[in-house]
Amino acid sequence: MTNMTQILLVVGYILLAPLIGGLLDGFDRKISARMQRRVGPPLLQPFYDVIKLFSKQVIIVSRSQIFFLLSYFVLIVLTGAMFFAGTDILLCFFVMSTGATFLYFAGMVTSTPYSTMGANRELIQMLAYEPAVLLTCVGFYLAEGTFNVGEIATSKYSAIMYLPGFFIAFVFILTIKMRKSPFDLSTSHHMHQELVKGLTTEMGARNLAIFQVTEWYENVFLLGVVGLYIINKSYYSLIAVAAVILVTYFLEILIDNTSARVKADTMIKLSWGVTIFTAGINLIILMIIK
Amino acid sequence: MMEMPVVPFLIIFPVVMACLMYVARAENVRRVLAFCGAIVIMGASIVLAVQWFMNGKEVMTLYHETEVADHCILVAEILLMCVVTFLSFKYRKYWISLLSIFPTCAMVWYELAESGKNQQFLLRSNISASVAAIDPACHIYIDRLTILMCLIIGIIGGLIAIYAIGYMQGYHNHHKDVENRSHYFMMILFLFLGAMYGFVLSESLLWIDFFWELTSVCSFLLIGYTREKEAVHNSFRALWMNLFGGCALAVGIIYFAISERTVSLHVLVKMGEEGNNIATIAIALIAFAALTKAAQLPFSTWLIGAMVAPTPSSALLHSATMVKAGIYVLFRLSPAMHGTTTGTMIAFVGGFTFLITSLMAIAQSDGKKVLAFSTISNLGLMVACAGVGHPETIWAGVFLMIFHAISKSLLFQDVGATENSLHSRDVEDMHGLIYILPRLGMFMFIGIAGMFLAPFGMLISKWSALRASVDERNIILVLFIVFGSATTSLYWTKWMGKLVSHTHLTEAKMNDVTKPTEMISLSVHAVMMVLLCMLFPLLSTIYVSPLIKDMFGEAAGVLPDNILIMLVAIILLVFAVPIISFVYSRKMTFNRKGAYMNGVNTGDDRSFVDSFGERKTLWLSNHYYKDLVGSRKLMKPSQIFTLSVLIVMLVIIIGGAIV
Repeated sequence: MTNMTQILLVVGYILLAPLIGGLLDGFDRKISARMQRRVGPPLLQPFYDVIKLFSKQVIIVSRSQIFFLLSYFVLIVLTGAMFFAGTDILLCFFVMSTGATFLYFAGMVTSTPYSTMGANRELIQMLAYEPAVLLTCVGFYLAEGTFNVGEIATSKYSAIMYLPGFFIAFVFILTIKMRKSPFDLSTSHHMHQELVKGLTTEMGARNLAIFQVTEWYENVFLLGVVGLYIINKSYYSLIAVAAVILVTYFLEILIDNTSARVKADTMIKLSWGVTIFTAGINLIILMIIK
Repeated sequence: MMEMPVVPFLIIFPVVMACLMYVARAENVRRVLAFCGAIVIMGASIVLAVQWFMNGKEVMTLYHETEVADHCILVAEILLMCVVTFLSFKYRKYWISLLSIFPTCAMVWYELAESGKNQQFLLRSNISASVAAIDPACHIYIDRLTILMCLIIGIIGGLIAIYAIGYMQGYHNHHKDVENRSHYFMMILFLFLGAMYGFVLSESLLWIDFFWELTSVCSFLLIGYTREKEAVHNSFRALWMNLFGGCALAVGIIYFAISERTVSLHVLVKMGEEGNNIATIAIALIAFAALTKAAQLPFSTWLIGAMVAPTPSSALLHSATMVKAGIYVLFRLSPAMHGTTTGTMIAFVGGFTFLITSLMAIAQSDGKKVLAFSTISNLGLMVACAGVGHPETIWAGVFLMIFHAISKSLLFQDVGATENSLHSRDVEDMHGLIYILPRLGMFMFIGIAGMFLAPFGMLISKWSALRASVDERNIILVLFIVFGSATTSLYWTKWMGKLVSHTHLTEAKMNDVTKPTEMISLSVHAVMMVLLCMLFPLLSTIYVSPLIKDMFGEAAGVLPDNILIMLVAIILLVFAVPIISFVYSRKMTFNRKGAYMNGVNTGDDRSFVDSFGERKTLWLSNHYYKDLVGSRKLMKPSQIFTLSVLIVMLVIIIGGAIV
């Protein structure tokens, strides 16, 4: 990758990721509504929501929450920027988990019941997805001999040829990372449940808007990692990338709409089980043949 | 080559200080003495480092003729055995004395009857050129690793001694039931430092064995300080486990010395690298001994039991001394363990300990226990790094050791100081610590961040450990690290979350009774921690990479330049964001609202009125999963498992080498 494309990609990510993320969110709502036989909101509704949140009066429980949320925002944007700049993928994920830690603090700092409950569950979610995330990096390293995103993206063959098991594990934990049902333990879509809105219960106005935008950035980054499994040096692979990303996203929506929330320990057992079974076996085979 | 008077000074001065501590019974005099002594020790370590740097950073071998010193050590060894035997009989743990009598007698026998034949080593013809290049007669060996260890022992150990001055005062103020023997405590503290210096400076395996036994006994005496039933019980557990390791060490050393007619550590490592069968057996036994000292499974329980002692001793055992001795030995042996069965055994036990004890740490709510389990877990990672024996893993291991030493010392001292003010060391009671005891809360935050958050070095070390184990195709270790990292983050993040949560207590601040000396030590630690995070790429290039080159003859190309730049960017960001958001939130106009309680908030966010009209108070607590990952459930099975792995592997190694 040349410096020019690097800069273009990073600037593109910083400017376009919220748009793409918001649009995907709009599609999500629309498709979910159709699955539930509703008409659903307009496609651009997520943007209207965020704009409105920004213009609302600031009412907060804890003053320091904004500090943690901003740190979360900056670190997640940095994660994505580093990824699209083609740097070390392991480092990207480390920055991402530091960002996630700040989100946890943002929930904890209020010291209120539902927010704390959501934050505690967010922590369990981190525990559930982290091994698969790290193994993803290990997989790329074994398949392509490097942690460098730029080199992985311009390799001769798509990484998924070597890493089908890792891919399954990653898509599985994507549901946890995107906080979609059955793993929406830390924030739920609906108010009237045992955890209210969980982690986001005490976030209002600008704070909630920041959280929302950060989530879009994060989703685009995560889907970017999905794309990294597919991409190779041929430009035609970009079509496959787009297709796989859309299919994956649709799959997430489908799972979201067809399953009920599970308990935390079930989540851990499931995600660790899937990680060890698919990625683990793939790892053993890969270590033998490579 | 110039003689370095600072070397014997480093070993002898702490011993002299120990005697002074015992003699100076007037509190004030002792405090001043201890303070000055600690400063001198820190200074001397730095002088050693500077002198060595001025001398061209070459490996130095010193003290070839040491008859007087040898005799002194022999006498001291017998004295040590008498102390252990006396105390074992006093507390009716007769069998433990055997663990001291046996290796001491073996050593004495070797020293008197066999060591004279060591000249034969030089006359042998069947040794390779690289072995012959080593100076077999020297007793002190100084290279980068030695200097690093000396700096850790000197600076961290010295600061702990300073901290102990104030802490013991506060400790006896609110533990009236414990007899005040601070003079004795300080004596052992200094003696310990002397023993550690001796240990890392020695090249002669006989000296190493003596200092090893001395650290075991010192830690035993420190743990038993209060003389309470539990303390005595735990101290004897620490004693027998470490002496047991000492037996393995003595057997390994004497076996090697009798067969090969040399007691040089570096000859041993070189011969091990060349696949010499006798060296292989000796290395396996010494590495096994190092596992006991580094508190790896199945020997982890002694370190957890060690927390009954006053905090400075825990800080000392966990950061600067004792456990680091085990790690140091493994680092020294690591070139010889690369790709061998011993290496596999050590890496496996280390990796397993890393994962299992980090799981157990999740279930702990006692702050000191969390720290204890996390020490064992982190040591596990270092042990695994040493076992793999790849330049890259040793690079990672050395950094883990540096970061761990500083942050663990900081955390232990901080928890101790917090306990004196808060009258509890339970993580649950630290809810909102950053608001009620701001300084201590802040230090704790820095310490924990240093343990696991990016961009702090711990993470980078983990990263290169992971990469090296992938390179080595060590699947099991990769899985251990991957899952262990996740569990490690969980228990640290959980604790940090408690610190920042708004307080349960409505009264704004508590009375901070931290003594000035404690504050000095804590502040210096915190500053060192932050500096280390910022300067660590620099430290890697100018010190740690050459260290790896010393050991392996090849530099570890661990950090590519673009990563370094990224790191610096992240570091700047992480430090800049708080400032920016602080300014931002200052200007922000906002209205405050009460928390959502699913009931009527009574106004202070701490209680609500439920649907029956009853007033309910809110109390928030973390998850611990005691039934799932508690140490009661996991400890025994994992001890049995690791013990059987060790036995089987040792049988394979020793059997394979003999047959």
